[in-house]
Amino acid sequence: MNRIQKLFSEPKEKLIPFLTAGYPELDSTVELVCNAAEVGADMIEIGIPFSDPQADGPIIQASSQQALDNGITLKTIFEQVTEIRKRTDVPIALMGYYNPILKMGHETFLDYCISSGVDGLILPDLPLEEAEPFCELAKSKGASPILLVAPNTPNERIRKISELAGDLIYAVSILGITGNDLASKDALQEYLNRVRENSVTPFVVGFGISTRDDVVWFNQHSDGAVVGSAIIKNMNGSSNPVERTKSLIQGLKGIIS
Amino acid sequence: MDKQFKDYNLPDERGHFEKFGGKFVPETLIPALEELENYYKVAKQDELFQDELNGLLNNYSGRETPLYFATQLSEELGFNVWLKREDLNHTGAHKINNALGQILLARRMGKNKIIAETGAGQHGVATATVAALFGLECIVYMGEEDIRRQKLNVFRMNLLGAEVRPVSSGSMTLKDATNEAIRDWVTNVESTYYLIGSTVGPHPYPMLVRDFQSIIGKEAKVQFVKQSGKALPNRLVACIGGGSNAMGLFYPFIKDDIKIVGVEAAGKGLESGEHAATLSKGDFGVLHGAASTLLQNEDGQVTLPHSISAGLDYPGIGPEHSYLNESGRVQYFSATDTEALDSFQWLSEKEGILPALESAHALAYLRQDNNGIEPGEHIILCLSGRGDKDVHTVAEALGLNL
Repeated sequence: MNRIQKLFSEPKEKLIPFLTAGYPELDSTVELVCNAAEVGADMIEIGIPFSDPQADGPIIQASSQQALDNGITLKTIFEQVTEIRKRTDVPIALMGYYNPILKMGHETFLDYCISSGVDGLILPDLPLEEAEPFCELAKSKGASPILLVAPNTPNERIRKISELAGDLIYAVSILGITGNDLASKDALQEYLNRVRENSVTPFVVGFGISTRDDVVWFNQHSDGAVVGSAIIKNMNGSSNPVERTKSLIQGLKGIIS
Repeated sequence: MDKQFKDYNLPDERGHFEKFGGKFVPETLIPALEELENYYKVAKQDELFQDELNGLLNNYSGRETPLYFATQLSEELGFNVWLKREDLNHTGAHKINNALGQILLARRMGKNKIIAETGAGQHGVATATVAALFGLECIVYMGEEDIRRQKLNVFRMNLLGAEVRPVSSGSMTLKDATNEAIRDWVTNVESTYYLIGSTVGPHPYPMLVRDFQSIIGKEAKVQFVKQSGKALPNRLVACIGGGSNAMGLFYPFIKDDIKIVGVEAAGKGLESGEHAATLSKGDFGVLHGAASTLLQNEDGQVTLPHSISAGLDYPGIGPEHSYLNESGRVQYFSATDTEALDSFQWLSEKEGILPALESAHALAYLRQDNNGIEPGEHIILCLSGRGDKDVHTVAEALGLNL
């Protein structure tokens, strides 16, 4: 059983913070991830910065641009994951747009993922139509492709997407980009029920999730909650991003420090 | 000519031109692309749709546009130059051909809001125009740098009732305007029609824009026979940013045994690092929903293009052009800012026509030493737009203050 399968076999609330690699400083990521895991993050999503992040709102866009200005590259990210793996066993998913991965080459990219200790891959611009070669290769090497579904994805397609993914899928909470406001709870619940009924894998939900109440609610209706923009926003301009992030994660987990 | 071109029938069912094209978009947009494809398939076969479109092209935009034999140019160059006068369209460029086609689709689909990206502003103006014509809300995303370069077009869009939203991320040009339009579309996908202006983006856009623009080549083919008495020209020439005027001219000739040439923007020179010559200097990549050729660094980050012409200032290119380049069907050349400026003045002085700076790149190819053109050839060149929008840029480049 891989780290993702193991985590999602445990019936507990799951919080998945998102961190942009190389942000706020080039070498921030190792400490941020290890500390997040220490205070209870159940899995970590690390964003691979890209020059043209189409699915991201202004907060994550700006953090990606800053990270690129800081000099982040895929190779540096893999070095950082290697360091992280010496200190924690928390499942790690990389979230990245397809072009940098294509440029490195599927094979090389996935070999780096495996050797550094990456567990899952979230590629928001690689839909079912184009995803098969990458997903099959990833699975054969032991990494989990975490494909996305959206509120307008038909039932049958949710099933196919989850079958190709294999271990876990990611339900985008809204029609929109990261950091947008959430839809009404009724509409959300109907959508998440639909994902529950049609997905053959567990699923986490992300986009627009920012509070402890959200984390509780989404864990009731799915298998975990991803918090991204709220975490990046919280550390913007901070002199101690690690401490700020730790206390935010504790708050999101409902731990009173 | 190779058999693969005699039977040319791309893209395939999945929207691929071999390894190029496809749909690389967030899941949220997949149903919208399928819906668009379905509506387009029906419209393509529907006489009512085609009649309405042809009526607008003829009576609203002023088609057919002339095929003009450029006497002075031909005399100077020693070969025959025919200009397909897309600059004489309503709104001043070929962009209206596609905008009219897509707005009719948007209406059929019941969308009440139109969004678009624009570089030079020509597509933005064309979109604002057709949105005004049909009383639809229109938002045009435009990079702040392009807004600065194309103030006149921004004001035109405002006069037409469109909202121009400045984009300040990245290079503040067409690429970033496209990112922002895609973000709007993802967020408002149910009510919004994304009216893409070039043969770029996810399937079915490259095919659909090509089809709507191919009126250029269809007309030119008939006009050429009638006016020259010859069956076919020897060569076609068009400038390429995303590649819509070029695909429009090329596509109806793709199975014919003639030479076809696309001209990219070489900016300050191919070796300067400041250019928009995607096919000359880029490599395989995915941007704005399609696999094609990209200007990018070794880490797969998209790099900033440069061209004096805002309409060519784009780091990608339509996937079909990438295919036509790789397969050898079309030859791609490039022209620098300086060459384009010279040709802008050249056409103005010789023929009394101010070309768009984009089209001036195609003209510049005619004057290059190694272009391979034989004396006496007949060449159709797509004069994609008029130069009025560029007079400030040209004046600035010539050191004048208007």
